[in-house]
This record gives sequence, C-alpha cells and structure tokens, in this order.
Amino acid sequence: MTVIYNKINQIIGPLVFLENKHSVQYGEVVNIIMNNGESRNGKVVRLNEEVILIEIFEDTKGISATNSELFFTNDTFKLNISKDMMGGTFNSLGKPIDIETKKLLKVDIIPEVRRDINGIPINPFARIYPNNVIQTGISGIDGLFTLIRGQKLPIFSGQGISHNELAAQIVTQAKVFTDESFLIIFCGIGIIHDEAISYIDKFRMSGNVQNIISFINFADDPVMERLMIPHVALTTAEYFAFDKDMHVLVVLIDMTNYAEALRELSLAKEEIPSRKGYPGHIYSDFARIYERSGLIKGSKGSVTQIPILTMPNDDITHVIPDTTGYITDGQIVLSRDLQKKEIYPPFEILASLSRLMKDAIGEDNTREDHSDVSSQLIASYSYALDARDLVSIVGEESLNAEQRSLLKFADVFEKTFLNQSIEENRSISETLDIAWKVLSYLPKNKLNRIHKKYIEKFYQRG
Amino acid sequence: MIKSKIKNLGTISEINGSLITVKGLEKIVRLHDLIKVKKYNIIGEIIQIYSNRINIQCFENTEHLKLNEKVIYLEEPLSMELGPGLLSNVFDGIQRPLDKIYELEKSGFIKRGIDIPSLSRDKKWDFKPLKKINDILNSGDVIGIVEENPTISHYILVPPGIEGKLVYIREEGEYTVLEDLYKVNIKGNAQNFNMIQKWPVTKNRPFYKKLIPKEPLITGQRILDLLFPIVKGGTVAVPGGFGTGKTVIQQSLAKWCSADIIIFIGCGERGNEIADVLQQFAKLIDPRSGRPLLERIVLIANTSNMPISARESSIFSGITIAEYYRDMGYDVTLQADSTSRWAEALREISGLLEEMPAEGGYPAYLPSRLSSFYERAGIIETLGKDNLKNNKIGSLTVIGSISPPAGDFSEPITSNTKRFVQTFWALDAELAYEKHYPAVNWLESYSNYPRYIRDWWSKIDLNWPEIEFDWFDCRAQINEILSRENELKNMTQLVGQENLPEEQQLDIFIAKIIKEAILIQNAFDDIDAFTGPIKMIALIKIILLLYRESKKLLEEDFYVKDIRGLNIIEEILRIKNTIPNEEVEKIGIIKDNLMNELKSLKRIHGVIGK
Ligand SMILES: Nc1ncnc2c1ncn2[C@@H]1O[C@H](COP(=O)(O)OP(=O)(O)O)[C@@H](O)[C@H]1O
Ligand SMILES: [Mg+2]
Repeated sequence: MTVIYNKINQIIGPLVFLENKHSVQYGEVVNIIMNNGESRNGKVVRLNEEVILIEIFEDTKGISATNSELFFTNDTFKLNISKDMMGGTFNSLGKPIDIETKKLLKVDIIPEVRRDINGIPINPFARIYPNNVIQTGISGIDGLFTLIRGQKLPIFSGQGISHNELAAQIVTQAKVFTDESFLIIFCGIGIIHDEAISYIDKFRMSGNVQNIISFINFADDPVMERLMIPHVALTTAEYFAFDKDMHVLVVLIDMTNYAEALRELSLAKEEIPSRKGYPGHIYSDFARIYERSGLIKGSKGSVTQIPILTMPNDDITHVIPDTTGYITDGQIVLSRDLQKKEIYPPFEILASLSRLMKDAIGEDNTREDHSDVSSQLIASYSYALDARDLVSIVGEESLNAEQRSLLKFADVFEKTFLNQSIEENRSISETLDIAWKVLSYLPKNKLNRIHKKYIEKFYQRG
Repeated sequence: MIKSKIKNLGTISEINGSLITVKGLEKIVRLHDLIKVKKYNIIGEIIQIYSNRINIQCFENTEHLKLNEKVIYLEEPLSMELGPGLLSNVFDGIQRPLDKIYELEKSGFIKRGIDIPSLSRDKKWDFKPLKKINDILNSGDVIGIVEENPTISHYILVPPGIEGKLVYIREEGEYTVLEDLYKVNIKGNAQNFNMIQKWPVTKNRPFYKKLIPKEPLITGQRILDLLFPIVKGGTVAVPGGFGTGKTVIQQSLAKWCSADIIIFIGCGERGNEIADVLQQFAKLIDPRSGRPLLERIVLIANTSNMPISARESSIFSGITIAEYYRDMGYDVTLQADSTSRWAEALREISGLLEEMPAEGGYPAYLPSRLSSFYERAGIIETLGKDNLKNNKIGSLTVIGSISPPAGDFSEPITSNTKRFVQTFWALDAELAYEKHYPAVNWLESYSNYPRYIRDWWSKIDLNWPEIEFDWFDCRAQINEILSRENELKNMTQLVGQENLPEEQQLDIFIAKIIKEAILIQNAFDDIDAFTGPIKMIALIKIILLLYRESKKLLEEDFYVKDIRGLNIIEEILRIKNTIPNEEVEKIGIIKDNLMNELKSLKRIHGVIGK
C-alpha cells in the first residue's frame, strides 16, 4: 500500500518535516514528485506522534511545501544488482550513467537480487582470518605493506599528492595469484567531473574494463548521495564476493568527502558536534563502511577495501584519518617530502603499516625471505632517517662509517625500490630482488632482522 | 503465577535511531529492565522513565518499526546466564552465542531478532556432587563439579544469598543446564536449583573480603614484568594511538599471562581480530595444561559495526562472567579492547537522549561508570568454601585498552581512567614508528605494584655468584640507566655521541642493549613471544654484569669501543629469540663466556700495553 501526502511543514537542507497522519515504517523510502514532474527519494529518519522527519537522498532544490506529492513505498531502500553491471558506470543510487555527459542512461539493470544497502553486520564468528596476498605490482605496497584479500587498507594522502595516479595504477594492475575471478569496484565519492572522466578512460584503456564496475558521485551531487554511495558500492561487492564467490577489490576515493557530507548532515540535524564539528558517531559510521570487508565461512570470495582519503592540512591526527586508522587493518601514508623529491609513489614508510601481512607472506605465499626483508628495510630506513637528521645538525663529517652507509642505503632505497613508473608492474619476486640490491649497501652484520640463512642465500645477489 | 498480559504491554510513540519511546508502561517498569518489541523480537533496555512515557535503547536496528506497535515488559534487567558452556565460546554484547547464530542462520551475517539461549539447552554435562543430604550450605559453597573441558573444572556454587540445608542432590551423572540438580531448604521452603545462575550485569557479585595483592600476574612481556608489573587482582590501562600495539599486547597477555581464565572483550573493534583470536587460540597449546588455549577463554565480540547499545553492555557482561569464575577460586583476567569504544557508545546514547554533555561530548556520569567497572577488579576471599572446606581465593585483573583521539592522553577517557587504575602502560606512536614494540614508553608509564610483589620475586633467582641483587634492585638499576640515557639525548644530538665522555657513552651503549635485548620483544616470534621469570632475570643480570664490568674497564683506561667490539654482545642480543625459557642454563654459559671475554680483553691489552 502506498500512502500519499501533499503537505510538507518544513524543509531544512536535506531534511523534510511532515505532519504525521499515517502509519509509516522507520527507514521507509519516500518518493517525492514535484509539480514540474521531477522526482526525489528520501527515507524516514525520525518518527513521532506529531512529525515524520525525512532525509532526502538527492537534491532538495525545487521541492516546495505545497506543490509536492509524497509516496511512501512501504519498504527500505533496495539496490538492484546484476552480473550485467560488470564493465559499467553507475551513479550513487546504482543507476547506469554516461560518464561524459553525467546523464542517466535509458537502460535499466534487470536485477538478479535487490539488497538493502545498509547491509547487516558480519558475524565475527563467521569470519575467516585473511591470509592471501593481492599483488599490486607496486614495490612499496607488495614488499612492505602487503595487501591481503579481505583487508581494509586505506591510503592517507594530501591535496596535490599523487594518490589519483596510485589509485588508477592499483585498479589496473591488482591481481590475485590463483585463477579465481577477480573484480574491481571503483567508488568515486564527491570527485570532480574531469577526474572521473580520466579514471574511466584509464580503465577503458587497461583492457580489463569488463572486470571493473564504477560508481561515481560527482562533487556537485547532493550530500545524501555522498553518504549512500560507499554502501551502494559495498552492497554490490558483497553480492559478487559472497553470492558469486569472486574476489572483489573496492577502491573508495575520497573518504574525506564522505566525512564532510556526514558533518553537514549532522549539523543540519542539530546533533552535538564532537571534534572539529564532526559528529561523535563518525567512528560508527566509518566502521559500518570499513567492516564490510573480509572473508566469510561458506563462500569462496572476499571483499578487500582500499579507502583513499586526503588528510586536511596533511594532519594525520585529524579526525578523518585518525578515526579511519583506528578501524582499518593498517594504513599507507603518502609523503609530501618524497613527492617533492620526485619519488613516486611517495610512501611515508614509518607511518605506514599493513596489519594482516605477517601471516600471509613468506615461503608458501610470496617468498621465504619476504618477512625479514621487509622488517629490515623499514628498520634500516628508520636508522637512516636519524642519520639524515644528524647530518643537518653536526654535518656529514662527524658521521661514522655505519651512518654513512645508512645514508647511501636510504638514497638508493628511495630511488630504486620505492620509485617506479606509473606503468611499471613488478612481480613480488622482482620487488624482493630489488630489495636485496638495496640492502647490499649495508654491511652484512647490520642486517640483524634477517635470518642468517637468507643472508647467505640472497645478499649481494644482484 | 499468572499475570495479566495486558498490564505488560506498551506502545511505541517515537523512533529515533536505536532510541524508542514507549507509552503505557511508565507506571510499572523499573529502570534498566528489558523490553521486547513484539513483532521483530528486538530487545531493549529502559534507560529513562517519565510520568507519561519511557525511553528505551534497543540492542538492534529499528528499521521497519512503526508507531503504536506493541512492546512487552520483560520484568528483569540484562543478566548473564552463568554456568557450564561459557568457555571456548564467543558471545555478542548481550550474551547471544555467535556460533549458534551462525549455525541457525546458515549465513555469515547477523540478522536481527534472533532469540537463542546463551548456554546450550541440550548439551549434557557430567556433574559430580560434592555435598550430601543434610549438609548445611552457605552462599558460594561448592556443591559439585562439572569438567567444563579438559583444562578447567567448573565448580557449581551455591548462588549468592542462598543458605540452608541440602535436602536433595542428584547422583553423579549427565545433566543439562536446566535440569534440577539439588534442593535446598531455605527457612522452611524447599527450592530447586540447576546449573545456571542468572546475574544482572550491573550488579557486583558479592565476596567475603578483599585481600592485599602479593603475587604478580606474569605477562611474559619483559618490559611489563620488569618495569611496569601488574598483580593478580590489579588494574591496568593501555592507552595508545592506532597501530601502537594495544591489541597485540592484549592478545599476548591472553595467550601467555599466568591467569587461569581469560575473558576477552572485542568492544567496538575489528571483526578480523576476533577471527584471529578464535583461529590462533584453537591452535596454540597452553604450556601449562598441554591443551588448546581456547579452553580457558570466553570471548565477547561486539565489533564496531554491531549495534552500539550492545557494545555499551559488553563490558559489564564480560566482567560479570569474570566475577563468576573468580568466585570459583580462579585467577581471571578481563581484557577489554577498547574501553574508548564503550565510552563512545555511552556518548552516542547520551546524545540521542539530548543529555547535557560534559567534556568531549561525553556524559557527566562517564567517570562514575568507569570506576564502577575498574572497581570490580581485585583479589578476594570468596563467599563459601571449596570441597575440602578451605577458603577460596580468587582474583579478577582488569586490563583495558584506551584509544585516545589523535593519541592525545589528555582526553577525557584516558585522564579519567587514570584515576581508577594502578598501572598505566603508555603506548607511544614514535616508538611504534621505529618498530620498537611493545611501544611502551618507559618514561610515561607507571605501576604502583612493585613493592607488593618484591617478596614473590626475591624467590625467583639463579645462583650466579658474580651478581647478587634481586628483581627489585635490577629494576632500579635498569630504570636509572634508561633515565640517564634520556637526559643525555639532547646532548648527543648537539655534539654527536663520539664526543661525549666515556662513562656517558657507556650509559648510552648499555641503554641501547637494554632496549634491543630486553625492551623490544617480537610478539610473533615463537621464542621471543613469552619470556618466563627466570629467563628474564638471567637476561637482565647478564646485561647488568656487562655494565658493571665495563665500568671497571673504563676505570682501567679502556674505551667503550673496546667493549662494543666484544663478540659476545651479538650473542647477548640474540638470547631473547634463540634460547627458550626451559634452557636458561644456556644463558649461564653465555655469562661465563662474557666473563672470559672480558678477562682476555684485559690480558691482551695487558700484554701489548695501552
Ligand atoms: N610486540 C609486537 N611485536 C611485533 N609487532 C608488533 C608488536 N606490537 C605491535 N606490533 C605491530 O603493530 C601492529 C599494530 O598493532 P595493534 O596491536 O593492532 O595496534 P593497536 O591495537 O594499538 O591499533 C601489528 O599489526 C604489528 O605489526
Ligand atoms: Mg587494536
């Protein structure tokens, strides 16, 4: 049954207030038909004996208090999902769009299933602990912060740092080692039109576009859609992973835009703001997104997430990266200093971490020496940075031989290991070989994080 | 007793997220009792009572609910089912068994409104009676035993508040948790009891008296057992920014600490971490029992994406289960990762209620809630006696992680928690960046327990004639060296280490060895993960010996670089991950080699002259 209303009390931002005269469901979707024939969707977010409060998903411009009709659909928001989506581009509500014109396409997806986009929590008991590698072909990631199937590994970047290139490179290069099917879902959150076109163009050129599904929310799209699109992308991902047994990698960019939308809506609702005006529940909101990743008993697929965000003022303690880091399985931080030194990708080594790699790398998965090599590289680089600091204070002359070798090591490490071209796709084995060339700038007896047998086998190999 | 059903029904008058308002029950309900939304089987807790309505915090998502739908008053507060079958299990924040939910749903997702009893109703437990008819029973007495698993005997206790004469008890045999086991004549009324006790989560379980702690809880983490020890029955806060190692410390303790039983609460954190614990603990063997570690653990998992009100309950659910095992006379630890997520849940609920926020948006009652949690720790003499009529001593140690925003310890959760805990393990992002784990900052952390446990430690020693002082003195010396190194830090930065006087260079050198050989500990290395008390004392003594002898050498005009060049140093650095706890005598050999190398150093220099 559909209930029809035609009187709105108030409209404030994305919020519409109605007098409560009928029996509606909490969370129910509402269609609003405006007098010019356009329609909008919203959902019930607060309900009492006097008032129904509705959040409008789309633009509220043009909705007027008297000339709009509201239809209650008797259901919560459902997304249509189908295999036909592969290779396609969609808007925040899962409708196919043309990326160049932003227009809705006249085709409709014939759904295999319809799913509630908010999802339901994964039972922690049903989770399988992730331990298989996804190769990105990027040495910094594969070698030091290995991405694992089922992981949520964010990239913390800053304005003007090369995360767009990195995101596109990951999307086009990522692969699993097995011959199981692999799908990439790209979710652009509040991105500008030019960037969106350039992404889609790169995907088309990659020759792999049939295995990519893109969801795009443009920078000038309404706030509510910004909050929905990650859930739309992840609902799609869960379907392909857990119903169709595929390995799905979801790239979400830019989560900062999501957080800003959250703040805007929260302030419109007059919630008590917490840090920097963001609502206290931002942690739970982020968690509802990030925790939609992993592996589940009984299905062969996985959902892996790479959320990318720009840190306001490069500040890692800002609410958005801080809250993210507390939820995700590690973080990869990009460095403005390395970017200035023309190192691509500019990974900030010491601040980065992949929490799930320890059990997933090594002999049976990547290579026997992987774990030792990565911790040695990081440890030595950390000492080298201390030595660099010292140079700036006491000058290079007062360094001892050990410190000098560290300085050399750090330079080579940045220039040959971290640095690679946007097209360069390295295997993990190639990455580790480069690592040994770099480590060979250090004396053998300083490699105390590496087991002796690997030193015998690999040192000076190159 | 038949109650009029109508009396127990109310209707929904407002829905705002997980908060609902109900009319019609305000005259009969008690605060904190539970209700159920009839149509969807959603449970909620009454958190405010007004003259014309009540406010309820639902434990699950409220989508599809409508106004005027029926709500049933359940007439009891959130309570734990206490009895056999808790161990090795994983429950959500309101004690729903997640394994059973998985079996029932045949899906990896938790749908709402699932109603399954916490403890299995079908499983039969082998009960052995330990009391006879006509025995006089007191609260807390052990009436019988159930072997809950090969590691832990589950003592069936007379519930608190119950006293009287035993008039009936079953013979040894297999019973389910609900079958009547025994009957007590309480002031003329005979009352039946089964294996289950129900206990409200916010009510402390009573005990006879609190004792003074004397025994350390050995963590196997060198920096903790040496510098910032805890006791059985103690309280600890572990604050740290993300990635500083809170969860790894919590898991390491759950694996290796010297408690009998672990209650591990994943409170608002990652689902993968729960999967990790379940998987690892099923495989890992407890060296003391030779059995899987999972047999001594109860997991409570209310991950970050699960409903916040159940997250808020999970902490108290966990501590109630912990007290129950404590009352059997066990040493129990409760580990909550992370209490900040609990406090945030409290804040979210308070926000929905539009309460006046205090600091950081948290409600003004945050400190009192925190203290009501940490105050449930302690070592105690329980009510009642064991089967041999001895007093039972049990302990409950509480270890709470804190996740301060931006890693800033001045925020409300950290600063308030500090008021209620005796030990503070401050995790430091700088150390974590350098991959110095555990990233416990030795200047900022503290423990109030060392003097309580000095006697215990003085009995742990290896009779090395060369070096005689005990744990307490070792601690003092190590602390001294570390703080001297800290004072020298700025100086080193300015002039370079090479230009400092020799004694100061020695302090820096020894401090570096202390960090590498003792403080840094790899939780993922089979040998390094746990260091037993003897091995730790040996390791410390060998370093302090090196220090003492080196000082003498400096007096004899040797240089620090001579000492640095000793081959034995590398061996000392590798003790932690090459010599297992059971082979401490090998450290004795390294010590002898050290003494010999020092001697020959003198000899060579003696011959060629300096
Ligand atoms: N004792 C340790 N040994 C080795 N690695 C550690 C240790 N403690 C922490 N780590 C590393 O730090 C990472 C983050 O630790 P974790 O406990 O998850 O941090 P937090 O809970 O504080 O966010 C781990 O995944 C691991 O790589
Ligand atoms: Mg953690």
